[in-house]
Amino acid sequence: MTDLGATARQASATARLEWLLVGLGVAGLLAAPFFLYPIFLMKIMCFALFACAFNLLLGYTGLLSFGHAAFFGGAAYFCAHAVKDWGWTPEAGILLGTVGAALLGLVMGFFAIRRQGIYFAMITLALAQMFFFFCVQAPFTRGEDGIQGVPRGHLFGLVDLSQPLNIYYTVAAIFLIGLFAIWRIVNSPFGMILRSIRENENRAVSLGYSVANYKLAAFVMSAALAGLAGATKAIVFQFATLTDVTWQMSGEVILMTLLGGIGTMIGPAVGATLVVTLQNTLATSGFPVTIATGLIFMICVLLFRRGIVGEIYAKLPGIKK
Amino acid sequence: MIFGIPLQAFLGQLLVGLINGSFYAMLSLGLAVIFGMLKIINFAHGAQYMFGAFVGFLLLQWLNIGYWPALVLAPLVVGVVGMVVERTMLSRLYSLDPLYGLLFTFGLALVIEGVFRYCYGVSGQPYAAPDALSGGTNLGFMFLPNYRGWVVVSSLVVCLGTWLAIEKTKLGAYLRAATENPKLVQAFGVNVPVLLTLTYGLGSALAGLAGILAAPVYQVSPLMGSDLIIVVFAVVVVGGMGSILGAVITGYVLGLAEGLTKVFYPEASNIVVFVIMAIVLLVRPAGLFGKDA
Repeated sequence: MTDLGATARQASATARLEWLLVGLGVAGLLAAPFFLYPIFLMKIMCFALFACAFNLLLGYTGLLSFGHAAFFGGAAYFCAHAVKDWGWTPEAGILLGTVGAALLGLVMGFFAIRRQGIYFAMITLALAQMFFFFCVQAPFTRGEDGIQGVPRGHLFGLVDLSQPLNIYYTVAAIFLIGLFAIWRIVNSPFGMILRSIRENENRAVSLGYSVANYKLAAFVMSAALAGLAGATKAIVFQFATLTDVTWQMSGEVILMTLLGGIGTMIGPAVGATLVVTLQNTLATSGFPVTIATGLIFMICVLLFRRGIVGEIYAKLPGIKK
Repeated sequence: MIFGIPLQAFLGQLLVGLINGSFYAMLSLGLAVIFGMLKIINFAHGAQYMFGAFVGFLLLQWLNIGYWPALVLAPLVVGVVGMVVERTMLSRLYSLDPLYGLLFTFGLALVIEGVFRYCYGVSGQPYAAPDALSGGTNLGFMFLPNYRGWVVVSSLVVCLGTWLAIEKTKLGAYLRAATENPKLVQAFGVNVPVLLTLTYGLGSALAGLAGILAAPVYQVSPLMGSDLIIVVFAVVVVGGMGSILGAVITGYVLGLAEGLTKVFYPEASNIVVFVIMAIVLLVRPAGLFGKDA
């Protein structure tokens, strides 16, 4: 048994270490485009934000959604359509994508929270598939072609986003704001209630919390942040296609979160980095990505369910989850 | 004429719906059997269905073994592979949250699908119906292709047979008992782990059988299972997995509903199952036959 003082000293040391890591991370993010290909980094940031948004639901509320592609890809469509066909500015397009994803999340969540556990997963999967069929048939998504050639435009009518560094720092800012929002949600009283639902739903009910409302709120927030990531991706890559609304995409974000560490703050971002890097490597090697993805899934579930960051936390004593 | 639709076209779509319903019923039956015992949702069910169709196709290509032997061999191969997977990997996950089983079988489905996609591309391979079942019968009011009639009849027989085996035989009684209280059944000298392996094998074999039955109706393609499994999940949500008979009936009914939608409002035919699922969730969140919340 360690005495109270030692524990407190250890905790404050841990906190200092965490802040040091955050500072290093932000500095690295700002310096990265001078060393690495910016498009690749922006892709990673979009998927990392997507995975962190997904983790808000799986890691901190204990709800496994198998339909998050609907929010990611749906927001990309909304944003691309507004910017290209209505001539909106990029920030307005991204905002529309985020709000659209939130509304979609409200509808899907309303149905899905009526069941728990694996049923919840199956319902979200089915509803997302329904949205996929909608996207196949709706005229504004332009079917198999998708919305191509979306202009990046000028941020607030001032900053030219066709300049590589301008778009990079815009995406980095969105990424950091998104992560900060997730961090605030998780560490707020609201986030604590979400965790209590994850740990023991019945007890949370008996303590007087209307669990259904909290679950729905978490679902909508997660959907909105996933939408933020998807809409940003549409601006970066200048297109929105059916790929982003398929169930394979929903599976991919689960993989990123599982690989990095479910319920850890930065785990999903680490997982996203690894998965995107792996996909880029495999794309040139000819080895099918699907098989690699499936194998990593099986290995993660069988051998290290805590994920990479989770395993590191478990090894280092004194670091709180 | 029915509601301004020619009777022929109406019955034709209804038959298509019945065929689809036969496959929904067989697949949701397999899912319900596996879920009942293992408490795992088998995401690989669609991939195993596709695997069954490919076993039939490859037996013909490589060994010139025709449809009838394949009807036995394909489920056998899929079932044995399933049992190996259960014994070596899946059995380690029983003590965990059931979500891990879902994620594991999802990965398994991706691997199976990826392998076939790598070897055979995404285009479908034709697989001819056996000579004995080619051609059709004129029923007076409609023309029924013999093979389709065979699919409906055999799926009914398989579903009823499985239900009887679980409800009326000694082995089925062990199965149901082990679902209720595995520890107690084990204490009575029944080897529960073997029972679990057999159950997963049986469920996988059912998917394989559905696959080989489907091979002459649809084309044999690596993607044939993945879109189907999502519809079957919706079927399972509607029916509730508590009851085997419920899963089967829901499968047929939703297949027919899909066929009817194709007649009256074709644009909605591929989402109608999901819409019904949403309505059922509003009215009866536990599912039509479900006991669990």
